[in-house]
Amino acid sequence: MFMFEKAVAGSRRYWLWIGALVLVLAIGFACYLRQLADGLMITGLSRDVTWGLYIAQFTFFVGVAASAVMVVLPYYLHNFKAFAKITILGEFLAIAAVVMCMLFIFVDMGQPTRVLNVLLYPTPHSMMFWDMISLGGYLTLNACIALVTLRAEREGAAPPRWIKPVILLSIPWAVSIHTVTAFLYSGLPGRPLWLTAILAPRFLASAFASGPALLILLCLLLGRLTGFSPGREAIQKLAIIVTYATVISVFFVLMEFFTAFYSQIPEHTESLRYMFFGLDGHARLAPWMWTSLLLAAASLVLLLAPRYRHNEKLLAVACGMVFFSLWIDKGIGLIVAAFVPSPLGAVSEYTPTLPELLIVVAIWAVGSLILTVLYKIALSVREGQMFSAAPPAGVKVLL
Amino acid sequence: MTISRQAFLRLSGFSFVVAVARKAIGAGARARWGMAVDAAKCLKRENCTKCIAACHQEHNVPSIPDRAHEVRWLWKEPFDHALAGQVDEYSALRAVPAMLLCNHCENPPCVRVCPTQATWKREDGIVAMDWHRCIGCRYCMAACPYGSRSFNFMDPRPYIHNANAQFPTRTKGVVEKCTFCSERLAVGRPPACVEACPEKALTFGNLNDPQSPLRQLLQARQHMRRRPELGTGPDVFYIA
Amino acid sequence: MRDRGAIYCGLAVFLALATFPAWHNLEAGVTAKGPAIKLPVRAKQCVAPAEYMRTAHMNLLMGWRETVVRTGTRGFTSVDGKPYNMSLTPTCLQQCHGSKADFCDKCHTYAAVSPPCWNCHVDTPPALRSAL
Repeated sequence: MFMFEKAVAGSRRYWLWIGALVLVLAIGFACYLRQLADGLMITGLSRDVTWGLYIAQFTFFVGVAASAVMVVLPYYLHNFKAFAKITILGEFLAIAAVVMCMLFIFVDMGQPTRVLNVLLYPTPHSMMFWDMISLGGYLTLNACIALVTLRAEREGAAPPRWIKPVILLSIPWAVSIHTVTAFLYSGLPGRPLWLTAILAPRFLASAFASGPALLILLCLLLGRLTGFSPGREAIQKLAIIVTYATVISVFFVLMEFFTAFYSQIPEHTESLRYMFFGLDGHARLAPWMWTSLLLAAASLVLLLAPRYRHNEKLLAVACGMVFFSLWIDKGIGLIVAAFVPSPLGAVSEYTPTLPELLIVVAIWAVGSLILTVLYKIALSVREGQMFSAAPPAGVKVLL
Repeated sequence: MTISRQAFLRLSGFSFVVAVARKAIGAGARARWGMAVDAAKCLKRENCTKCIAACHQEHNVPSIPDRAHEVRWLWKEPFDHALAGQVDEYSALRAVPAMLLCNHCENPPCVRVCPTQATWKREDGIVAMDWHRCIGCRYCMAACPYGSRSFNFMDPRPYIHNANAQFPTRTKGVVEKCTFCSERLAVGRPPACVEACPEKALTFGNLNDPQSPLRQLLQARQHMRRRPELGTGPDVFYIA
Repeated sequence: MRDRGAIYCGLAVFLALATFPAWHNLEAGVTAKGPAIKLPVRAKQCVAPAEYMRTAHMNLLMGWRETVVRTGTRGFTSVDGKPYNMSLTPTCLQQCHGSKADFCDKCHTYAAVSPPCWNCHVDTPPALRSAL
């Protein structure tokens, strides 16, 4: 039913890649066993900075997961045929990303064996409860949609009619997962860096920039490794989405700066000051944030000029810059800097330890493993059909 | 059994009114625990930490030398950090130490965010902790605007000297904080810190009782609370 | 029968693994004797009938836990009307059962059960153990 047999027939290069991922996974898993035994002291977290790389990476990859909506919406809602070949890739990317998110939360917990308490004692006034529900639901939705449509494609038939409302549901649901994640942060009175109404819009904008950027890179990579090509129009349309989303994302960041530094209210400015200039001589985060800013600016130069955007090599560079820039911004800076200064005004810096980094890399390996297997299945199904640029016969669009 | 619509509505309305009245009367009769910290009295003994020692001893709070992993239920911080924004640079209070602890807020953000209700607000106002249920997500620590909560980054037992067998320790991976000595209150004793203070700088009592010593002290003396603008309603008051 | 060697090897490995419990226990000198718990000297009546406690003491303890932690009340009256303070170390251990090594561990070790209670709850201090 899940066509896994397609994932076990591969070239030597494929198996080497899988092997490397499993090795990285094993190393990280060993580190996690040490964390289970010794506690979170093996990380760089402290009493003041209680959330670090694990939660920050979770935040970033929820965005990547939500970005699937950027291919699903144009294709299924607006009959944008150019996205026909890549909706499945977007959905599979969402699945891999959501699994990574769940793993990042799991490894962050002090008492992971009690994680089911969140479901045993449901607490509607806690955003974390809703986050678990929405992520679980999104995973189920995407798994269902992707597998049903892929199976239908393999049989050359139209997918069953009941999948249409499910696909419709996944569109607002994608927006909701990242909004709920933003709500984790934007309702906390004690963390001024997060206490901003623009946090959820910022999250969505950066998600819709970084996710499609990653998707473009993956499509180009698949083009190099296999015979797959999504078509130039699809890549260019995704590039336009990345461009607009990056512009809006940068604009939102500038808005934050204005409010903070024009009002000059200390608690609004302190965390931003720490991020970019340091506080009390502590400035470990500053080089990262400036890199993020410069990468975003450079990527916009490449993305805004059609001459550069149409060049697939430069587009790849731009997408890499967007992805890395937002990975720093959301996947490190935003989470850690909110804890500086502490409620008592202390500046505690955070540096992830080696075991912590290895666990993070291992979770990336899990995501890559899932993505590899799922993409292998998808492409094998495609190869098994007659080559055609048009979508399979009978795939009806919703409107 | 048949009941007419009118009779049903009358019965429901009456039940509702009774339920509300019971809750209102109950609220009045309930305690609402609070504490006042008299900084002037505390200042009389420089570097005195008897309250902290008593609390940490009674509750098996570990003494972890690494500040990054420190666990503390009570601690002292100068006024200009503890009550930042309320003490200006010309004030004599700036360097005066304030004893800080969980404020057992009326509207606690930590309770609002806990996904398992491992921390909740009791009817008597105490923000309680259930160390059996805590999953160690540290969301409450992110939510607390006062830095009152500590996380057990490692097993605390090696750092507990002279364990008190009458009270459990905690284990690695859970969050802990001051509990207003609910186990002592249950047997009519005051909190350990209040009992231990040689200058009687700490006053603990029922905020719902206008005749309580705490209320009378608050009535008589000018006092402050930490970050009142956040709407958390802290029940720990600092007397200048 | 080219694979004769491999087959016999495989069979031997399988037999060794399948009979592992038997010869490992023989080697370790494990007997069929049950756990030898040390019954409390002073207290004669438990908080509940012995048969119930034998099968369902975790239910009782979980119930005590919920009541004490979530409602803050500690008073418990046993079936025979005696009042108790619901508390693991002060009541269960110090009042009756001594220390966990004397009582709890005896059966738990035999049954290979390790409840996490003792990660937090403190055992009776050595000075008080012999008093029971």
